[in-house]
Amino acid sequence: MQTAPFPERVATAAERSARTEGAEPKSPMEQAPSVRLAKTYGFGSTAGAVIVVALMGALLASTLINPAFGWPVFAEYFFSEPILWGVLMTLVLTAISMFVAVALGTLLAIMRMSSNPILQAGSALFSWFFRGIPVLVQLIFWYNFALLFPNIGPFPTNTVVTPLIAAILGLGLSMAAYMAEVVRGGILSVGAGQIEAIRSLGMTRAQGLRRVILPQAMRVVLPPMGNELIALLKWTSLASVIAVSELMHASSLIYSRNFQVIPLLLVAAAWYLVVTTVFSFGQRYLEQHFGKGAH
Amino acid sequence: MSSVPMSSKMMVEMRHVSKRFGSVTVLNDISLSFPEGSTTAIIGPSGSGKTTVIRCINHLLPIDSGTITISGELLGYRRGKEGELIELPERQFCRQRADIGMVFQHFNLFHNMTVLANVMEAPMIVQRVPRKEARERALAALKRVGMDGRDESYPSQLSGGQQQRVAIARALAMKPKLMLFDEPTSMLDPELVGEVLRVMRDLAESGMTIIVVTHELGFAREACDHLVFMDGGRVLEKGTPHEVLKSPKNERTKEFLKRLG
Repeated sequence: MQTAPFPERVATAAERSARTEGAEPKSPMEQAPSVRLAKTYGFGSTAGAVIVVALMGALLASTLINPAFGWPVFAEYFFSEPILWGVLMTLVLTAISMFVAVALGTLLAIMRMSSNPILQAGSALFSWFFRGIPVLVQLIFWYNFALLFPNIGPFPTNTVVTPLIAAILGLGLSMAAYMAEVVRGGILSVGAGQIEAIRSLGMTRAQGLRRVILPQAMRVVLPPMGNELIALLKWTSLASVIAVSELMHASSLIYSRNFQVIPLLLVAAAWYLVVTTVFSFGQRYLEQHFGKGAH
Repeated sequence: MSSVPMSSKMMVEMRHVSKRFGSVTVLNDISLSFPEGSTTAIIGPSGSGKTTVIRCINHLLPIDSGTITISGELLGYRRGKEGELIELPERQFCRQRADIGMVFQHFNLFHNMTVLANVMEAPMIVQRVPRKEARERALAALKRVGMDGRDESYPSQLSGGQQQRVAIARALAMKPKLMLFDEPTSMLDPELVGEVLRVMRDLAESGMTIIVVTHELGFAREACDHLVFMDGGRVLEKGTPHEVLKSPKNERTKEFLKRLG
């Protein structure tokens, strides 16, 4: 069975020129002096740039001159213990809520695509409800869950549904509704041919989903999920209104005591910025590695 | 041509099969028999129903009337009180499909698995073959199609011809009694077609019952026992390749063969 060998890789330009160096005279392109392209900008572009520089200059000047920014106080609290615990709690809350959202969202996506009309309707109803009500309202609702059901079985509700649990429920369930759409899109993006192969080999729908479709779908949904994770991180700040000791809450506790509102808000804002920026680098890696289909 | 004598037993029997997609009749009263050990090519213009017919054999698509039996048994149907066919839910009969291997135009290898995993997967989870034995079966099947040595590669790293050969190995690892090929070389660059046809010819000579939907008349002539020409959802001509290609009786057959040059 003689077939042409599959070329392992194409020779690079450097290798090709190295092979022919000295063997032939240089081409006209290599002989001409190098041409530098001069960049020119139009009027609108230049005017816009001037405005941006002016605004940034004004902002910078203000932050340096205006004492109300309270930079010394900022520096005092940036690495303080309650703030650091707050950052940790923010990260923990994000992680747990994300886990709940992805697990539940995947289940909802599978339900939505089931042949059973009740499962389909249940999933659609869930999405409609939890996407239609603002996250803040949902959080406050879960915080007050004991007003509806004073006891869950033998336990008083308030010991089971702590502020943290309420936050996880509010954020997790709400995010699950959005995750369902993302996962469903991922499943639909898997080619119909894969399904034909699954069926022709005798696999059940469940086996095919587990072994072929979901793994392929997950590669496709990883970049959008990364974006959702960064969004969720910022939404956790809402949990401050239901007394979860995450970053925003920690910062507000301090400024309600020492009245240094702006510096403490800046501390919280700066930490959010640091964490989301770090996550964004991870996100860029996800997009490059998993973006747009197969390997 | 198959060097193994064909039995007179029918592997697949289609009787008066019809199928509609909405208002379009895609298969119109098709009756065909495929003896055990035979190699049959189905040719015809696009839209003739040849792709549909092959998918009805392993019940990837349901039929509206008629019967299809494989070794005398219905696949995915049971007989009702008046002798009519009642469709069974897929999860009840999907395992029986494992006896029929299918190779697709677009290969349809599982992108998320290596070559070896692709071939081992179905024997393990459908036929409950233990891992070690499944691995041996997979390596043997890959060797048979000339793809041993690439088992850690992913499908995207292979050429079309290599992918299709792995797809054939994946079907063979299930030890099927019937192999269906749906235009297996249509998506391949010309220089890769030969390696796939060689594997198919080898399979035909080993006595496997094969049904191929194809445009490759050379393969039909050299490797097949029967040739079926379909057009407009009907079987217009059937016979040995020699009969159909050299002396076609039907006008449309003649036109089609002339167009293929």
